[in-house]
Amino acid sequence: MTDLTQLTLAEARDALRSKTISASELTKAHLAAMEQARALNAYVLETPDQALAMAAKSDEKLAKGEAGPLEGIPLGIKDLYATQGVRTTACSNILGDFTPQYESTVTSQLWRDGAVMLGKLNNDEFAMGSSNESSSFGPVVSPWAPPEWPQDKLDAALKGDKKGLLVPGGSSGGSSAAVAAHLCLGATATDTGGSIRQPAAFTGTVGIKPTYGRCSRWGIVAFASSLDQAGPIARTVRDSAIMLRSMAGHDAKDTTSVDRAVPDYEAAVGRSIKGMKIGIPKEYRVDGLSEEIDRLWLKGVQWLRDAGAEIVDVSLPHTKYALPAYYIVAPAEASSNLARYDGVRYGLRVPGKDIADMYEKTRAAGFGSEVRRRIMIGTYVLSAGYYDAYYVRAQKIRTLIRQDFENVYHAGVDAILTPATPSPAFGIGEMGASDPVEMYLNDIFTVTVNMAGLPGLALPAGLSAGGLPLGLQLIGRPFDEEALFSIAEVIEQAAGHFKPQQAWWA
Amino acid sequence: MSVDQATVRRIAHLARIAVTDDEVPHLQGELNAILDFVAQLDEVDVSGVEPMTSVTPMAMKKRVDEVTDGFYADRVTANAPASDDHFFIVPKVVE
Repeated sequence: MTDLTQLTLAEARDALRSKTISASELTKAHLAAMEQARALNAYVLETPDQALAMAAKSDEKLAKGEAGPLEGIPLGIKDLYATQGVRTTACSNILGDFTPQYESTVTSQLWRDGAVMLGKLNNDEFAMGSSNESSSFGPVVSPWAPPEWPQDKLDAALKGDKKGLLVPGGSSGGSSAAVAAHLCLGATATDTGGSIRQPAAFTGTVGIKPTYGRCSRWGIVAFASSLDQAGPIARTVRDSAIMLRSMAGHDAKDTTSVDRAVPDYEAAVGRSIKGMKIGIPKEYRVDGLSEEIDRLWLKGVQWLRDAGAEIVDVSLPHTKYALPAYYIVAPAEASSNLARYDGVRYGLRVPGKDIADMYEKTRAAGFGSEVRRRIMIGTYVLSAGYYDAYYVRAQKIRTLIRQDFENVYHAGVDAILTPATPSPAFGIGEMGASDPVEMYLNDIFTVTVNMAGLPGLALPAGLSAGGLPLGLQLIGRPFDEEALFSIAEVIEQAAGHFKPQQAWWA
Repeated sequence: MSVDQATVRRIAHLARIAVTDDEVPHLQGELNAILDFVAQLDEVDVSGVEPMTSVTPMAMKKRVDEVTDGFYADRVTANAPASDDHFFIVPKVVE
């Protein structure tokens, strides 16, 4: 029999419905692949018993003709999503063995629609990072091998300190690596500044951050609540559209979730883009943009033009201020959200001489260095005397960033095409050690979208000279994810699919 | 703006994160690198601009003020590092 992990989500769904394959054998194939790929460190917890039980139930439903939209589809879940009775840590020592007594809204909708949980996926601690190196479980290794490394060198690095092997991006690095390595058919992810789109770009996968409010945030560990959004990472545009339909929807438990019907996103895949107006923002042609990424961007423009879209130059003048403003807003919100980790109600507790000492020791021991740094920046910019100079100013600039997009959309532009990242994936241990800002620059093209609350989709469009995936990003109008799926499908058809070398890690 | 070592200690205390003497100079360098980076925002003219309060224009949702959830203290305290009879146990705070 052919390897069932090679199917796309859509192919697997159709094969399950036509009973060519069973949910149990599909799940078993993925569990076996996960076991072979433990060295990649994509999963921080495998849940095989639960997966097989869910798959058996799906087989019963499929037999009775009662299949849900995702019936029998094995998925990986980012460890930021609370899963009832299954350890959820946000990959932080401060949560320890935290076992939620409740299920996040988004995952409960996936189970409602028949999906099967394979396990919990690695991420940067509290989703703070762009390389998955800040996880308390250690870094994730990308299934894309560094260019021209022989097998013995790969083996040695995989068994050793992993330095020089490639990062899968972050914060959803476990999600992107697992999807690219065929360790699940799709994965949940979250995006606060680029954490779905940058890992998708680094691994040749498709990721969409929907409009703020499209997916419920309830039961997802909070980082920066005005920026956080849930979304999928999958191997094709169609697969990501199928997943988003199940993840999206109104939830009374999240006051920022929007009460709007969820369209059939899959129906938008393959729809003509003839006559659509695509904006090309000149401010994204930043200093130091690699020439190959610039070439890829032009290629993307040509593909869309060939499909009948009208290409127009647009200006988003406040683009360069999005990243610095983000590094005020996001840490400020994080310092408030993460105040709950105090050693009292759940997670780690380090005893102290009094309660304040207990708080300080618990938080010093439980949070990693990047999280401590961001909490301290957030505390500083919100502290008396600095609030107006930093926080209020950043929120004003956020208004200007959103107005930039509004002006462009008001002029009739349907979507904006940009590069997804300024470079292809880098090696583990190579970035940000001396200067945290170096790592932050990874999100320069993605962060504007969170600041403006818009939908953004990243997909692979080509390979670098070294053979690594390069991604493009589409930015849409609020709640017009459908346009992004239609345009992305055109790019995917033109660019093709990008797979890492055979399973060198197994 | 940049922070001195006393400020680093004050922020750490406000954030309830213990820092050792060895960590302070290192943290000072990192925090100042971030503050240098965000300093470019000073060149933007923000006069007359409203600070953003909600990224998606929406009216605040309201609901009837009534108890709709609860009555499962055992689940609420299930993950507590120390609890007794549905109470969280903490070090003594009142002499």
